[in-house]
Amino acid sequence: MTLLEQKPLPAKTSRPPYVLFVLAALGIAFLVLPLVGLLARAPWRSAPSLLGRADVTTALRLSLETATISTAFALVLGVPIAWCLARTRLPARSLLRALCALPLVLPPVAGGIALLLAYGRRGVVGEWLLRAFGVSLPFTTAGVVVAETFVAMPFLIVAVEGALRALDVRYDAAAASLGASRWFTFRHVTLPLVAPGVAAGAVLCWARALGEFGATITFAGSYPGTTQTMPLQVYLALQDDPQAAIVLSLLLLAVSIAVLVGLRDRWWSR
Amino acid sequence: MNRTAIGVVAAGVFLAGCASSTSSSSSALQPGSTGVLTGSTVVFAAASLKPTFTELAKQFEAAHPGVKVVLSFGGSDTLAAQIKQGAPVDVFAAANNTTMQTVVSSDDAKSPVNFAKNVLEIAVAPGNPNGIKTLADVAKPGLKLALCAKTVPCGSAAQKAFAAAGIDAKPVTYEQDVTSVLTKVELGEADAGLVYRTDVKAAAGKVVGVDFAEADKAVNTYPIAQVGTGKNPNAGKAFEAFVLSPSGQAVLHAAGFEPDA
Repeated sequence: MTLLEQKPLPAKTSRPPYVLFVLAALGIAFLVLPLVGLLARAPWRSAPSLLGRADVTTALRLSLETATISTAFALVLGVPIAWCLARTRLPARSLLRALCALPLVLPPVAGGIALLLAYGRRGVVGEWLLRAFGVSLPFTTAGVVVAETFVAMPFLIVAVEGALRALDVRYDAAAASLGASRWFTFRHVTLPLVAPGVAAGAVLCWARALGEFGATITFAGSYPGTTQTMPLQVYLALQDDPQAAIVLSLLLLAVSIAVLVGLRDRWWSR
Repeated sequence: MNRTAIGVVAAGVFLAGCASSTSSSSSALQPGSTGVLTGSTVVFAAASLKPTFTELAKQFEAAHPGVKVVLSFGGSDTLAAQIKQGAPVDVFAAANNTTMQTVVSSDDAKSPVNFAKNVLEIAVAPGNPNGIKTLADVAKPGLKLALCAKTVPCGSAAQKAFAAAGIDAKPVTYEQDVTSVLTKVELGEADAGLVYRTDVKAAAGKVVGVDFAEADKAVNTYPIAQVGTGKNPNAGKAFEAFVLSPSGQAVLHAAGFEPDA
């Protein structure tokens, strides 16, 4: 943690760097125009009936459920990972951190194939799962949760680890000096202090899980009501019913905006 | 799998766009198809045509040294949607006539010609561990069946076959193209999948094919047409003619396609 005072920029600089403004304006237009396109071409009149269709509500419910369960798993497993990475002197900690962040940079389809080879019916772990418990993950809703957790958990780990590193370790030291065990300190001192970071990480993780496409379709397949989530339905709708695809994309856009509003304290007010 | 496909398509379209700006000027200097062909021509083809069209493009390029064939494969419906959105394509080869008609009715292509037929087979693991002999066997409870989505030609053909047999199939997944179905069977995640005979042949022993009686009711006919959005119509026309020529048909036949008679 650095305690450098941030000095305000000097009021008068020689020349405003216009080139930066121009490039920034171009960049913003590039990012915003697709959203404008979506709004401009949306079939607003048929939207309500489309959103009420049974297959749409089924896919939406499945998406919301699996994203929420995945986020719960990511919290249970990801917060301890973040704590280990931030607060312990584990050997090969940088390597562990890189491994945990791998799904962030791995193409999701490649992640899906890797999941099949590990947890599929013939996979390294999956074969044993099937033999010992009769459990086969591909083509099940549980498989969707596995794919989404794999892809989304790193977002939570990165956010929580950042929050833990920014936290003054002397809070922990003070608790320890008063006789608190490490577990007690973690629950009653550390966790409440990084709660905003955990919440932000959970929201990002949830949003990523909601939008998951590649790993899901590769690992879990696509079946209405079981594994066909919203992004998969948007893709399928694009093939034979582009209007429906636009409306479904708008729905996902609305959810994304809701996520940004939820994170406003973290991102907007700075 | 399809995201990558879209990426490849996008890259192909982009490259084609870059290359065609030079090629269109040269082809404008040489009206008619008698001149020497130059530049690159963009061919969109159904996923099930990947091995054959890759080979056909290689032979075509060898016969016309000035031409580069830019190939892009995907689900027929995805490709048709991209053409309707203005993707610069010279030739489109679809896996069924319904899909081709959507491009014809949007005035992006005209006078398609049928160039091949493909029959469905049941793909199973080598040795056929579940003893599948008929189409009814794949609908047995507990057996994991993978099908193409109903919007893709291999999926609509599968639905026709099941309807002809009066079987209510319960697949575990509707994949977005035929190669994804094949992958699920190859990896052993699905016990059976309905794919084309040519896919089984191309998988070269990683899966085996089981013929079934109702396949005759769901034969897929492949039409090819020139597309108006392209930048190199002369080369496109020549490529279409090559696919329909005896040497082009021989490549298709070797891969398991049947001639459209």
